[in-house]
Formats: sequence, structure tokens, C-alpha cells
Amino acid sequence: MFIAGDYDVIVVGAGHAGVEAGLAAARIGCRTLLTTLNMDNIAMMPCNPSVGGPAKGHLVRELDALGGEMGVNADKTCIQFRMLNTSKGPAVQALRAQADKKTYQFSMKETCENQDNLDIKQLLVEKILVENEKIAGVQIETGEIYTCQCIVLASGTYLRGRVIIGEKTYEGGPIGQRAAVALSQSLQKIGVKLMRFKTGTPARVDKRTLDFSKMQIQPGDSEVHNFSFLSNEHTREQVPCWLTYTNEKTHKILRDNIDRAPMANGIIEGVGPRYCPSIETKIIRFPDKDKHQLFIEPEGLHTNEMYVQGMSTSMPVDIQFEFLKTIPGMENVKIMRPGYAIEYDCLDPLQLKPSLEHKYIEGFFSAGQANGTSGYEEAAAQGLIAGINAAMKIRGRESLILKRSEAYIGVLIDDLVTKGTQEPYRMMTSRAEYRLLLRQDNADMRLTEKGRQVGLVNDERYSRYLAKKDKINEIKILMQGKKINPSREINDLLRKNDMEEIRASINLYDMLKRKNIGYKELEEVFNLPHINDEVIKQIETDAVYEGYISKQEEQVSRMEKLENKKIPPDIDYMKIANLREEAVEKLNKIKPLSLGQAGRISGVSPADISILLIYLEQYSRRND
Amino acid sequence: MIAKDINDTIAAIATPLGEGGIGIIRVSGINSIETVDRIFAAINKRALADRHSHRAVYGKIIDPKTKDIIDEAICIIMRGPHSYTKEDIVEIQCHGGMLPLRRILSLLIEIGEIRLAAPGEFTKRAFLNGRIDLAQAQAVMDIIKAKTDASLKVASGHLSGCFSSHIRQIRDPLLEMIAHYEATIDFPEEEVDEIDNIQVMEKIGELKDKINVMLASANTGRILSEGLVTAIVGKPNVGKSSLLNRLLHSERAIVTDVPGTTRDSIEEYADMEGIPLKIIDTAGIRHTEDKVEKIGVDRARSYIEKADLILALFDGTRPIEDDDRKIIKLIEEKNVVIVINKNDLEQSLDERWIRKQCSGSEIAHISAVSDNGIKELTEVIKKKVYAGNVVYNEGELVNNVRQSEALKKAERHLSDAIKSLDNDIPEDLVVIDLRSAWERLGDIIGDTASEDIIDEIFSRFCIGK
Repeated sequence: MFIAGDYDVIVVGAGHAGVEAGLAAARIGCRTLLTTLNMDNIAMMPCNPSVGGPAKGHLVRELDALGGEMGVNADKTCIQFRMLNTSKGPAVQALRAQADKKTYQFSMKETCENQDNLDIKQLLVEKILVENEKIAGVQIETGEIYTCQCIVLASGTYLRGRVIIGEKTYEGGPIGQRAAVALSQSLQKIGVKLMRFKTGTPARVDKRTLDFSKMQIQPGDSEVHNFSFLSNEHTREQVPCWLTYTNEKTHKILRDNIDRAPMANGIIEGVGPRYCPSIETKIIRFPDKDKHQLFIEPEGLHTNEMYVQGMSTSMPVDIQFEFLKTIPGMENVKIMRPGYAIEYDCLDPLQLKPSLEHKYIEGFFSAGQANGTSGYEEAAAQGLIAGINAAMKIRGRESLILKRSEAYIGVLIDDLVTKGTQEPYRMMTSRAEYRLLLRQDNADMRLTEKGRQVGLVNDERYSRYLAKKDKINEIKILMQGKKINPSREINDLLRKNDMEEIRASINLYDMLKRKNIGYKELEEVFNLPHINDEVIKQIETDAVYEGYISKQEEQVSRMEKLENKKIPPDIDYMKIANLREEAVEKLNKIKPLSLGQAGRISGVSPADISILLIYLEQYSRRND
Repeated sequence: MIAKDINDTIAAIATPLGEGGIGIIRVSGINSIETVDRIFAAINKRALADRHSHRAVYGKIIDPKTKDIIDEAICIIMRGPHSYTKEDIVEIQCHGGMLPLRRILSLLIEIGEIRLAAPGEFTKRAFLNGRIDLAQAQAVMDIIKAKTDASLKVASGHLSGCFSSHIRQIRDPLLEMIAHYEATIDFPEEEVDEIDNIQVMEKIGELKDKINVMLASANTGRILSEGLVTAIVGKPNVGKSSLLNRLLHSERAIVTDVPGTTRDSIEEYADMEGIPLKIIDTAGIRHTEDKVEKIGVDRARSYIEKADLILALFDGTRPIEDDDRKIIKLIEEKNVVIVINKNDLEQSLDERWIRKQCSGSEIAHISAVSDNGIKELTEVIKKKVYAGNVVYNEGELVNNVRQSEALKKAERHLSDAIKSLDNDIPEDLVVIDLRSAWERLGDIIGDTASEDIIDEIFSRFCIGK
């Protein structure tokens, strides 16, 4: 047996989860190997050319605050930025960007290639080597072995991948890639439980064959925003997207040929995501809708390929061609790549601990679509946490586990390992119960310190964070200390500046709670220091939504007490006589770390939690 | 659903329910003394907070809103850690009837940061705070399990009933609203219909009204504060007032031979071997030209609608008359005990016909003027109450205080949501209150899964790239 190398951490797959895991482990100082099936496809975007959106944009900001790469890379390479939900509250505003796919990939590749402690190799991992229920290394298809202490599985949709276009199916990964077939069997052999999911993507069409005059233009925001707290750019050249719609003709073609849809003829077995239905699914499930909107999005600056968002399909190519032609502006369309569906194996995430390590295979971490999620951002967030925790394990340090009240990343992982998922899991703001606390504007305030502790936040990021934090506190104290009285001069001054008069004395911080008064208005009238927009935003949000924020903080502190009650790992639920059978079964399977987590398991009742609480107290008194 | 916090303040009736010389309400936790002070006026006017531990203080329990005196009471303060739970405890000793106990308990929950104790919770705290030893802990878990099983039984009995369907009628539209808002928030670039906030406010207002109706008239709140509403109905001169007097052992209603003597309805409380009854002696139901009497008759009809239990009185000495038929019609599908009066005289009533009309209702034979059959009637009512037709036992009481507590909270959240919408607060914040209301209503029927919201989003809106 040829041992080709020894590493601390080996990351299997270099998609969005893999690169974050590899970079994180290497940056913390672990000798790390990042493996990929194809060096030219690192951080590839096989589906939509965009990053962010509600909850997903939040994930990117959080990942950035912790010292991840996705935000920085997106800022460098995206070609359109829009802030969404601007008419809604601060908690759900989110940045979404169109990426130049190739630039995004190559920029990320460059970052990885130049990272100290990180090797990148093109090879196909075929076997996971386990000794005494502990990770020992991996074996490559060509026979050589790499030894390691930890593995991060980030296999995306490549595990036993099968592509489906109409009646045609073949083994493969997305966009003409190879599939990892033997690895799937190896995983099962070492005791990993797999599920089968499905996802899909629309056709890419030739820009030259589209008539944009029949579509509505969708430009980017004039005001420039960034994902990363490190980015300074304020101007960017932006490329528009285009909006058009399906119509009755499109729907008729789909309906008439529905028997040729793979989901109807039984070719597809995997479970697809509800929030990302194929156009054929939409037409069957919502027959009353007479049109569906489609966004035509550029795949990059140096390509004519355009992505037809909203038109994901696995219909046969002749049907795809026929229905695309019915769409205004696409009458003469040429397809460059057809849409397709892909089925793949993924892990049942209930096997994982909140650190993303497997419960029974020591050193085996897993992240991204391999854990049953969907989306680049969800993948990247998990990759980062898996990479950090693999490194923490090697360093003999405590895992980084974010709480639901601290980050969307915490909600994401807690959902996965506590509730599991029946379909590719997508992050949504409605999944977060403390949404108002988990804003994208305060991701750095929430998480930079934690990133610093694990060793991912560099000095530049850290000093920026400290400066912002200090500024916010300084200005708040200043404003709270500055009282104005309802004197004639003050009220004259207010009236002159289009502000309502005051009747009682009030400090300037509380003035922010009044309608139509922001920091900038007060700055002018009361001579406050000039500060940057990010700081202003924090202060205004904290002031205006104080009541709601404290409501949520109360909810959190109530929850926290149960979260802090840890359950010892060697607890034997069978021995707790009064627990109901269903609860014993679920608790044994999921092995929650805290009473809080136990309470979120479906099938575990409040009475079960009470009984557990008393049992734990008994347990700790016995062990004292 | 998550278990309640172990650090908040809890209260419960500590003495067995039913008749008894005195009753005790125990309050334990950091807010206990401060909250009891708000409803207790010591005779010497000193606040409990200023008193030493382990003192008994005499005074009155007063509703701070209405200033009504509810009962005389002795409060005993036991400051932690020198108490059963090692927390601050106040025990309120008052008169033992159900009524004052329950009123004081709901008052405490209403005004303070206090919630109803879960089964076995005082003992649980005693254990967690190191007051009792390991051997006793097992007993605590047994209690929790046993009581939970019992109340589950009660709750599941309730689930099939109309109460939970009422809750669903509020919850389902609320879920639709939440899902719609969430869809616009999570999928801002998708084609989700715009939401008209004015319409939403109206809709929330309607749901709030429904909750208020439930709070006002549902069995829950009323049985709690007023007892089991029992209406005595029957045609004139059938002996309703005599039965009432018999049950009350007093001469509250005027008993005469002239049909239509009881013009108005009379309300009285009776304690029937531990079951608090609120008895309404209705005016005889019959057609009448007399205006005053007519009001009484209409009221009787409305009492039939509201009553938890109806005692339908028939005269055993007279054949079935039109008025009897009318009554039979009125009490259709109600919770009824058929009472045939005057069983000491010769019978000419066609009992078989009544039996056929009211199959499923129990029949009791009595003589209201003597004591004849009264004991049997009491047994029938008791059986009915405990058999679950009118569920009213310890588990049910717990449920009821819980239910009204949850309903009140839900109502408050809906009011907050309306206020927020009115002030143009962004939707994602309004949703915080809507979700809380939805969750509190879910607590009542034991069903709060946030996955429902996500399912609703995907089933109602065509979303997806």
C-alpha cells in the first residue's frame, strides 16, 4: 500500500462547503488537503449564478464575520447587487448578488492555492478508511492512500449522482462532471446512513438569440452594498437581469407532454425541494396561475450563456426547446445547455452532532448538500463550521456550536441535527425564532469575537470590528446623555428642521424613536459627530426597535436556561423509567447535547423534559 | 413545545378541591410576595414585603381593578430558603369553597408575572433546589407522569369537542396570515400577492373578538369564576322553583300555585357534594301575552343556549302538553337530565315518549316538595359530571385555567399586532406577535409545530426559482 501523504484534515470535495472547510482548517493551522474531481471546477456554481437573498444573505454575512471566504469572494466577483426587502424591517433586509460564475470560481481557486497549510489535489476519493471507529484516512481510485485524523465530507450532488433529461439518464455529477459512485458504497460500509434527494436546474440559452426589448429590465441598486465587513468598494459596474413570463401556450405544451416528465414516468425516485419546483411541477400544483415569472440572468461577463431562472426542468430536450420558444423575447432561442434533474445520495443529518461530526465515527465531519441541504450559502456555512470543528478536534479544543439565538448558522445546523430533513433544506428567515436579533447588519457584532477565538479572524477584521463596536457604544452614550428640554428655542429649532415639537424633556437617543427622525437629521441640528453609515444603521435600529428587540431578548433568556442544562453523553435513556417510549427512542437516536435541544425534538413533550430535568439533577448529585 | 422555565413564579390551589373548611393557594418564586401584595390588603395596612418570614397576616383579598372584596384571608410568608421549595412562598388561606379559591388563583395569574404550576411542580422545585433527597425525586417523576397522563386524557377528551374546533377556527386563518407575510418576506422577488394591511387588521380584529367571546362565554372561564351553569327548565307550575329550593335548602324562589309566578330567572349557587353549581331557575316556558313574563321566557331560552347542564322538569301527573313538546325541542342535543316531578302522586305522563325523544339523557324521578328522589338526582348529576359529559375534575380545572391563561395571552398578542400595523411597523415585526398568538392557541390544543408555517407557505404560494 502506498501512503502518498499524511494530513490533519482531508476535505472531500471543493465546492462551496469544501473550500470553506479547507480554508478554515488551514487558516487555523492544520495541515489540510482539499480534494476535487476537477481542478478547474473549484467553487463551481452549477445552478443559479447568484449569492444571497433573505436568510441566505444572512448566512453569508455571518460566515464572513467568522472569517469565511464566500462574502469576500462574492464582493470581488459579482456583477450585480440588490438589497431586497428594503420596505420591510431591518431584520429581513438582505443582499443578493449576481455572480460572474467563472470569475467567482477562479478567484476562489486562487485564494485556495495560495493558502498556507493547504494542498489542493485533483483526485477521486473512493474509500473512507476507519480504524477502531476512528477516521484513519482515504483511499484514491488509483490505489494510493492519504492518512489523516479528520475528514470533512463535502460531496455535494456527486455521491452516486444520476442526471436525468427526459427519458435519458446517465451516471454523473452536475454540468458534465464525473459522479462518485464507489464512495457511496464505502460510506454505507462504515455505517453512514444515506438518503436520496433530487434537484434540478433550467436551460442556459444564447444571449444573442434573445430579444430583450420584449422583457423588463432589472438593474442593480445604484447604492452599492457588500457582503463582507472587510470590503470597501462603493462603486461597481453592474449588469442587468431581465424579467419575462410564461403564458398559456407554454403551459399547454407542458401539460400535453406531462407523461414524458421524469417525475411523472417514475424515473425520478429522489425527493426534490418544494421551494425550487420544476416548471412542470409548478403547472401541475398551481393550475390556476396563468403565468409564472422568469428572470433571465447573465452567467458572467465573458459568456453569452444566460440562466433562465424559474424554469428548472427535466423534460426531454425537444419539449424544453418547444416551450422556451413560447416565451416573449425567446421566440428564436438557442439552447446552449439543456435543463436537467440530478439525483444524489446524501447523509441523514440526524447522525451528526451539532459540531457536524458523525456521532459514531470519530473524526468524520460532513457539510453542505451531502447533509441534505440545498444552496451555495447553506453549504458554505456548514463547510466553515465543519472545517473549524475538525481543526478544534485536532487542537483538542471545544467545538464551535452556535445557538439559535446567535446565528442563522446555528438555526440551520440545529434544525438539521435535531429535526432532520425530508427534502433538500433551504434556509429561510421564517425558520429563525429570534429573527430580529439575527440581522445581517449586526452579524459582525454577533460573531466576530467567536471567529477570533477559534483563530480565523485576522487582525484587520478584528480591529475593524472593535472600532465599530466602540463607536456604536460611544455615540449611544453621547446621545443618551444629551437631553433637550421643551424650551421655546428648542421647539423653534425643531420646527425649523421639519421635526415635531417636544412636550417633555427627552434625550437624543430616544428622539430616534420618533417617526421620520434619523441620526443624520439630528446630527445637523444638534451638532453630533459625523459617523459612517454602518454605525448609524446599528444605532437607529437599536433605538427604533428597542421594544421588539427586548421582547425577543426576553424569549432568548427564558430559553437559555434550558440550553445551558447539558446532558451528559453517556446518559442511558432506557433507565429513566418515566419517560415515554417514543421519547426514549427519539432521544436515543438524536442524543441532544442540552435540554433545550431535547425540547425541540418532535415527539418529546414538556413533561418528558421535566422528568429529564429531575433525572439529570439526580445524576449530578450522585456523581458529586 | 418547551418545558416552562424553572425560575419563574408559580401558583396553584394546594388543598383538595371540593368542600372544605379552608382552602390554600400556594405561590412560589421570586415574584410571589410582590404579586400577592397587589391583591391583599392586610388589616394593619402593612405590605407583606415589609414583614418578617413565617408570619401569618390577616386581611382581605381585593380585586385591584374592581375593588371588589373577594374573601377574607390569612397570608403566610415563608422566605427562601426556609420554605418547602427553598424559594419565597406565600400561602393564602381563605374560605374553602371552590369559588373564592378559583377567583383568587385567576386573579394572581391575571395581574402578575405568575403562571399556573404544572403537576408536581412545587415538589419538583423542592428537589431541584436541594430541599428533598434523591429517594423522593423518583416520586416526583411518578407524579408528573401520572398527572400528565390524566390531564392528557382530559385534554384528548376535549380535543374531539367543539372547544378545540373553535380554537382551530381562530388558528387556521392566523396561520394563513402568517404564511402569507412570511412568503413575502422570504421570497420578495416571487409572485406573492400583495397584502392589504387594512384587511389584515380587520381580520385580526375578528379573530380577537372570537377569542373574547370564548373567554366570556366558554365553559372554561365561566366554570372557573362562576361554577357549572345549570338551568332548570320546564313549563309553568311544573315545580322548578321547588326543585331549586330543595337544592338550595332555602326559600329563595317564590313558590305558588299560580302558573307563571317566577317571572324572572333566578340565579343561585349550590355546592353539590363538591361540585359548584350555578343554578338558574328559569321562568316557565310557554306562550304568553304578559310582557314582563315574555322577557323572562326569552331569557330562559338564552340560558338553555348557555348552560353547561340542563335539568328539564316534567310533571308526572299530567299528560304531555304542547309546552312540553316545545321544551323537548329546545333542549335537543343539549346536555340534559330529564327530571320527572311529583312522583309521590299518581302518574299519567307518557314516559316512553319522552325517553324516545331524549334518548341518551338520564331520567330521574323526584318529588320536589318532599326529599323524595333528590339524592338519586344528585347521583345522576354527579355521574354525569364525572363521567365526562360535563368534564369537571381536577385535571379539567387545570386545563381550564391554562386555557383561559393562554387565550388571554393570545388576545394580547393580537392586540399588539393590530397596534403595530396601525403604526406602520414593518410586517416582519408584526409577525412576531401573530406567531406568538398562534403558538399560545396551539398550547391549548397541544399543537405548536413551526414546520406548519413552512408547509403552509409552500402549499399556498407558487414559489421557486
